[in-house]
Amino acid sequence: MKRLIALLLIGTAGPAFAQDHSQHQMPADDPHAGHAMPAPTDDPHAGHTMPAPTDPHAGHVMPQADPHAGHGATPSGPSISKGPPPAAAAGGPTYAADAVFGADTMAAARAALYKETGGMTVSKTIVDRLEAGFGQGEETYLWDVQGWIGRDIDKFWWKTEGEGAFGGPLESAEVQALWSHAIGPFFDLQAGVRYDIRPEPDRAHAVIGIQGLAPYKFEVDAAAFISTKGDVTARIEAEYDQRLTQKLILQPRIEVELSAQDIPEYGIGAGLSAIEAGARLGYEFVPQFRPYVGVEWHRKIGDTADFARAAGEDVDAVRGLVGVRFWF
Amino acid sequence: MNRLALSRRALIGGIGATALFPAWARSGTPGIGAALSGPEIRLNVGHTPFTVGGRTGHAVTVNGTLPAPLIRLKEGQTARLIVTNHLDEDTSIHWHGLLLPFQMDGVPGISFSGIAPHSSFTYEFPVIQSGTYWYHSHSNLQEAMGHYGPIVIDPADADPVAYDREHVVVLSDWSFMHPHAVMKKLKQDAEFFRRDNPNFAELAAGKGQTLKERLEWGAMRMSPADISDVTGATYTYLVNGHGPAENWTGLFNPGERVRLRIINASAMTIFNVRIPGLPMTVVNADGENVRPVETDELQISVAETYDVIVTPGDAAYTLAAESVDRSGMAHATLAPRMGMSAPVPKLRERPTLSMKDMGHGGGGDHAAMGHSMKMRDPENAARAGVKLSPGVDMIAPMPVDRVGDRGLGLEDETHRVLVYTDLVALAPNPDTRSPSRSLEIHLTSNMERYMWSFNGEQFSPVTEPFRFEKNERVRVTLVNDTMMAHPIHLHGHFFEVVNGHEGHHPRKHTVNVLPGGKVSFDLTADAPGDWAFHCHLLMHMHLGMFNVVTVRPLDSERTHGAGDAA
Repeated sequence: MKRLIALLLIGTAGPAFAQDHSQHQMPADDPHAGHAMPAPTDDPHAGHTMPAPTDPHAGHVMPQADPHAGHGATPSGPSISKGPPPAAAAGGPTYAADAVFGADTMAAARAALYKETGGMTVSKTIVDRLEAGFGQGEETYLWDVQGWIGRDIDKFWWKTEGEGAFGGPLESAEVQALWSHAIGPFFDLQAGVRYDIRPEPDRAHAVIGIQGLAPYKFEVDAAAFISTKGDVTARIEAEYDQRLTQKLILQPRIEVELSAQDIPEYGIGAGLSAIEAGARLGYEFVPQFRPYVGVEWHRKIGDTADFARAAGEDVDAVRGLVGVRFWF
Repeated sequence: MNRLALSRRALIGGIGATALFPAWARSGTPGIGAALSGPEIRLNVGHTPFTVGGRTGHAVTVNGTLPAPLIRLKEGQTARLIVTNHLDEDTSIHWHGLLLPFQMDGVPGISFSGIAPHSSFTYEFPVIQSGTYWYHSHSNLQEAMGHYGPIVIDPADADPVAYDREHVVVLSDWSFMHPHAVMKKLKQDAEFFRRDNPNFAELAAGKGQTLKERLEWGAMRMSPADISDVTGATYTYLVNGHGPAENWTGLFNPGERVRLRIINASAMTIFNVRIPGLPMTVVNADGENVRPVETDELQISVAETYDVIVTPGDAAYTLAAESVDRSGMAHATLAPRMGMSAPVPKLRERPTLSMKDMGHGGGGDHAAMGHSMKMRDPENAARAGVKLSPGVDMIAPMPVDRVGDRGLGLEDETHRVLVYTDLVALAPNPDTRSPSRSLEIHLTSNMERYMWSFNGEQFSPVTEPFRFEKNERVRVTLVNDTMMAHPIHLHGHFFEVVNGHEGHHPRKHTVNVLPGGKVSFDLTADAPGDWAFHCHLLMHMHLGMFNVVTVRPLDSERTHGAGDAA
């Protein structure tokens, strides 16, 4: 608001304009250096009508539109005001070539050009974790795979993960089918369904979440789930690739699970239910292929831990990992 | 119209044979000899195998050669070029830098409808300029597969540039990956081709950014190694179609003034060009003569041309064209005799982007100046007229005019490096009117999603073109809101780069805008019609950093106005 008032003042009053500049601490090599500040009567803004609130040019005092900015190359150049093209520029045929080659022919060629310029569909499959775990007398396996197909803003996104013990039953397995929509430069909003094949009984959830790149380049995936029984749970995952060398990459990873209520059927208690934290050290033979070794600690928390203890299960576990990450 | 049904006989020629080199591009050439010239020139576009570094790939060629034949025209003649398409997909030829009627400009969907498979199109236009230019396909990334060649236009009057011999030096980048596969990789992982990323070992060794800088850049989700999208990881850099191992050699007699017509016909590569031991005198840029200026190194952006004069002694010299990200090099030899060579300079270290490249000006305490230095400030965006879409990851908070700056990574070289402010047009600028208005165009991107656009808007059916009235004089300022340099090309016109040499601003068809900076040019919109306007980094163009410039009224319009023909 303070800035807005300042801008309005600048838009009307030369002295205010000059004053604004006087507050700038210009470095010696600044393009402003050596410019005589315009006397009020020479002020390029003098005589300008007040910008209407909707004027897209409001706020012209900032660098790009500052009549002095960038004038290092042409110190004597008069200011040239921005403006729309003259009316004659908008006249005539919409497409010049139509009259030469025919409107139909050109319409088809234009359609091809639009398609060729920015309008492509791409897909990607990422096997983020495909690994075996060792520790506490048990050898386990895990997959965590996702993929997408679509264009820049909207994509179909699928995810699947699951785990179990070698020689034992599949412990958990789920698939998600999501619509993913870019809501900013770094994040997508995702919504869709999740189906748990294991643990039994199988169940379905509605999913809403966000996925993307957080500051400091953390890959983040956070989602809330509502099961067909009305149970609300959530999961937050974050991982980060730290290049130790060009090809040796250390990836810390953390996953947190939450629940809004007890779900005794699945041994889940209300609140923070589980934490998984790990680190994987991979060697990127080529950018698409990175085998790794790692270690991961898993702990059940609160009521979830109580459920586990009651069932005679461990509440925490540490595993060594060997796996591979690849995409195509 | 202009299409000919194709007879079987027309299909012969240039197909099936391995790409040979036209005479001027052969190693050991004494210079420009035979070229395609005369009142009628026939060009056949087809598929040809292309071999470099002992490996053979698939190229799209003109008359079976890579680069395409040299076309030599004379100012004042009428050019008639009959292009026959032997491909199973559309093709086209755009005459890069030539001033001609819009329907001869060769951009499918804008100037014409393209050249359908197995048909021909006849381009015919008066040649009203002279200098070094080039031509290339404007269809379906064919340019990245070899569909490019040089044009030399001799002036009608005596050439103000004196020289004894001339060579054409076409720089380009070749990949055995299909350009569509390259693009898909970039969409899947924008850093895919980058094999020189910041890492911990580098930090521990005290190289590159400090820890504080790394954290700052990490917080912004930006990489200081974002120099080139496609690198030497897949590219072999070529001089006249020759890889480094083939060592293209151009001959001269010691003491001669040799004119090198350097053309950057790359899809995605900006080059640093130098000839160790041999100063270069720049005499022409983008086909327009400039006051001779001597330099030791120049950065040539994609689609630019520079003519330089060198006066070599009785020795061999290496012409080195290092990619701007230092991931590879094209090199060739200039020598008095075949079989000679000179040392090839080593690749220098990859440059690291600075805060200036991120549009944070030249230093100073910006916060104290009341400027918002936020990466993506809605206020900055509104002021800039940029649509703050997911395709925009940054609005340069304080872009500075970088027309006097050295090219990326050459800031600290101890030898002379050409900058745009060194260029002074030899002839006075033809239009000395002051621009009647200014237009600001932002170059925008999202590096993470690999999206490219103007003003935050990818080219689409609803994109409003940049409209000009015929003969209107406008100052256009290009503001680079990305961390990469962009060679911006306007078809059918020259514009004067505002570089302080009032009245003698250099006239160009392509201008390189440094990251986080800006460049202004004055345009006289004297060519009625519709014209492509785009970044000449092919993938950027292809993904939406593209728009149409319209100039009205058309010549064909009557004074009462033709109305809307669409």
